[in-house]
Amino acid sequence: MQAKTTILSLPEEELVHPGNRACAGCALGIAYRVGLKALGKNTIIVVPPSCLTVLQGLYPIAATKLPSLNVTFASTAAAATGLLGALKALKKKDINVVGWAGDGGTSDIGLQALSGACERGDNFLFICYDNEAYMNTGVQRSGTTPMGALTSNTPIKGKLQQKKDVPAIMAAHGIPYVATCSASYPLDLFDKITKALTFDGVKYIHIHTPCPPGWGFQPRYAVKVGKLAVETGLYELYEVENSVMRLTGASAKLREKRKLLPVADYFKSQGRFKILTDEKIGQIQEEVNARWEGYSVTQEESAQD
Amino acid sequence: MQIIESGNVAAALGVKLSRAQVVAAYPITPQTPLTEKLSEFIEAEDMEAQYIPVESEHSALAVCIAASSAGARSFTATSANGLLYMHEQIHWAAGARLPIVMCVVNRGVGAPWTVWNDHQDSMSQRDTGWIQMYANDHQQIIDSVIKAFCLAEEVMVPVMVCYDGYLLSHTYMPFDVPETAVVDRFLPPYKPPYALDPHTPANLNTVTLPDVRSDIHGNQAHGYMEIRHFLQEDMRSSTQALARVETRFKEIFGRGGNPFIESYRCDDAEFIAVGIGSLSYHLRDVADSLRDEGIRAGVLSVNLYRPFPAAIIAKTLRGCRGVAVFEKALSYGYQGPLCADIKSALYQGIDGSGRRPFVLNYILGLGGREITTRDLHDAFRQSCTEVQDNVDELRWIGLKL
Repeated sequence: MQAKTTILSLPEEELVHPGNRACAGCALGIAYRVGLKALGKNTIIVVPPSCLTVLQGLYPIAATKLPSLNVTFASTAAAATGLLGALKALKKKDINVVGWAGDGGTSDIGLQALSGACERGDNFLFICYDNEAYMNTGVQRSGTTPMGALTSNTPIKGKLQQKKDVPAIMAAHGIPYVATCSASYPLDLFDKITKALTFDGVKYIHIHTPCPPGWGFQPRYAVKVGKLAVETGLYELYEVENSVMRLTGASAKLREKRKLLPVADYFKSQGRFKILTDEKIGQIQEEVNARWEGYSVTQEESAQD
Repeated sequence: MQIIESGNVAAALGVKLSRAQVVAAYPITPQTPLTEKLSEFIEAEDMEAQYIPVESEHSALAVCIAASSAGARSFTATSANGLLYMHEQIHWAAGARLPIVMCVVNRGVGAPWTVWNDHQDSMSQRDTGWIQMYANDHQQIIDSVIKAFCLAEEVMVPVMVCYDGYLLSHTYMPFDVPETAVVDRFLPPYKPPYALDPHTPANLNTVTLPDVRSDIHGNQAHGYMEIRHFLQEDMRSSTQALARVETRFKEIFGRGGNPFIESYRCDDAEFIAVGIGSLSYHLRDVADSLRDEGIRAGVLSVNLYRPFPAAIIAKTLRGCRGVAVFEKALSYGYQGPLCADIKSALYQGIDGSGRRPFVLNYILGLGGREITTRDLHDAFRQSCTEVQDNVDELRWIGLKL
C-alpha cells in the first residue's frame, strides 16, 4: 500500500495558473488543482461542456498548463478513446489520457460513450466532478441531483427522484478501479488518482463537489459542506478495486467509530434542501443508518484503513 | 492491378492504401461491408491501424476528432441515420479544422425506415463545412478516397466521399488498385500543423467570444466570426487545391481529369441533364438515344458539391436552352438542393448576356424507388421538346398516386 500523501509531500508545481473563471468558493477549483498535480504534466485532458470549460478559460487564454481537448457534450469518453488510438498509432507512450466531466456529462448525456469505452477496456481515467446539477447552465436537475433538492427546473417540489448511483453503474462494468472522493478531502483525491493510474483499462473517480450558488450556501463553507456530506454518512468515500468494495479514508474511520453526524446537519446547511420536511429527513436518516449497518457487517475484514 | 470487386471494397482498399492510422466505425447498412473489410485488413495485419468498434456514430466521429487532434490520419464511414446521428460532430470536425475523411454510402433517411438509396443523407449535411465529393463508379470511389486525404490535409478541412448505396456499394465492377509504393509517393505521411502533446500544451476548441480578444502577450486573437470566415475562405480556395491534387494524381496514376464536374456531350448541347452519382452515368444512355432522335442532349455530373463549383457549372451550361436537374434529395418546402444551387450559379447570366436557360427540377428515386431508363428518357425528352410552363414546379418521376 502506498504512503499517504500529506500537505507537505504534495507536489509543489502548479499545473493550474493562478486566477481562473470559477465562481467564488467553487470546490471544483480545489479538486482540479490537486487532481492535476496527481495526474502530472504528461497528461492530455478531455473536457466536455461544463463549469470546467469556463474555469479553463476563454480563447485565447487558458487556465491550465496541460494540453486540453474540448469536445461535444456526449463524447468525452469516445474522444479519450480516440486520443489513445492516435497515441498508439503514433507510438507515443506513457501519456495519461483523462476525461474530466461534470455530472450531466457523465451520468446523463455522456453515459453511453462511457459505457462503450468500459466495455472496450480502453486505458484512460474518467473523472466526474459531481456538483449534483447542471450548474453551468443555471442549476437544472441532473441524474445525480439528490431527491428533495430544489433546482431551477424543480423549483417548487424539489427533485422527486433518487440520485443515480454512477459509481455503482461503473463498477458493474467490471472495470479495474472505481473510487469516490470529495473535493473537501483533496489528499484522498490525490492518492486515489495516483493509484487509478496504475491500473490498465477504464478507471473511474467520482468527486462530490460542493457548489455555493447552486446549493445555496456561503462560498466560505464549501469545504465544510463537503465534509458534512461524508461525516453524516450521506456520501461515502470508497474504492472498488477488482470488484471488491471497501470504505476508505474519512468514511472508513466513521465506520470504526460508528458515530455519524445527523443528516439534518447537512440538509440544514444548504438552501436547496429547505423544503425537506423533518419527517422526510427522519426517513433519510433511517435509510442512512440501515446502509451503514450493512457496512459494519460486510467490512470488518478491511479495517486496516 | 485490375480487380473486380464491390464499391465498398474499393473504398476500403483506398483507405488501406492511404495508410489511415485510426479507423472508427459503427455498423449501418449499406456501409457495413466497407468497415468490415477494414477490420479484416487490420486484424490480419495487412494494415497498420487502430480499429475502434465504437458504440455509436456520434462516438465514431468523436474518436476521429480526437485522434486527428492528436495527429493521426483518421477515417470513418456511415450512411443515412448514422450520418445524422453524427450531425453535431460533423460541424465540430469542420470547425476544429481536422482533415478527417469519411465515406458516406448514400441511403434514404427515416421515418419511415428505408435502407435503399437516395441522396437525402449527405445532401442534408451540405452546410456543415465539409468538402463533399461524389463518386460515379468504383474507380472513382477508390481514387477519391486517396485524393480526399491529400486534399483534406492540404486545406485542413474534412472531406466526405459519397457514393450510392447498393447501386455502387454492393455491385461489382472492374477497377484498378494502385501499387502501395505509388500511393505513398502521392500521399506522404500526415504532418499536422499542431497535435495535442504534453510538451506543447494547448487548449483546443475553447469558448470563443463574439469579439476579438488579446492574448497574454497583448497580441490580438481572432473571435468566433473570424474563425468562421477563414473556414469559408479556405473552402472556396480548396477548389484550387483540388485542381492541384488532381493534376498530380493524373501525373502519377495516369487517370483523372476534371475533379469538379464531368460533362458528357455538352459542348454543342441544347439541353443538358444534371445529376449526381451513378444516376449521371445512367443519364448518358438517355442522352445518347436522344441524340439518335436528333436532339442535341448532354449530361453534366456534379462530382464536387461543396465547395460548389458554380463558375465551372455556369460555363458548361453556357449556350444551352434548357437544363433538367435530376435529384434524389429534396429541401422540403422548396425544391431539390442541387437545382437551387444551379439556379443560383446561373443568376448572374452567362457571359453577361443576361440570357439564361430554363431550369427544370425532377425528383426521383427517393428511398430506392426504381429509376428506369424509359422514365428518364421520357422526362428528359419532354424537357427538350415541349414548351415549359411552370418551370419552378417540381416534377416527380415514378410517383404512383
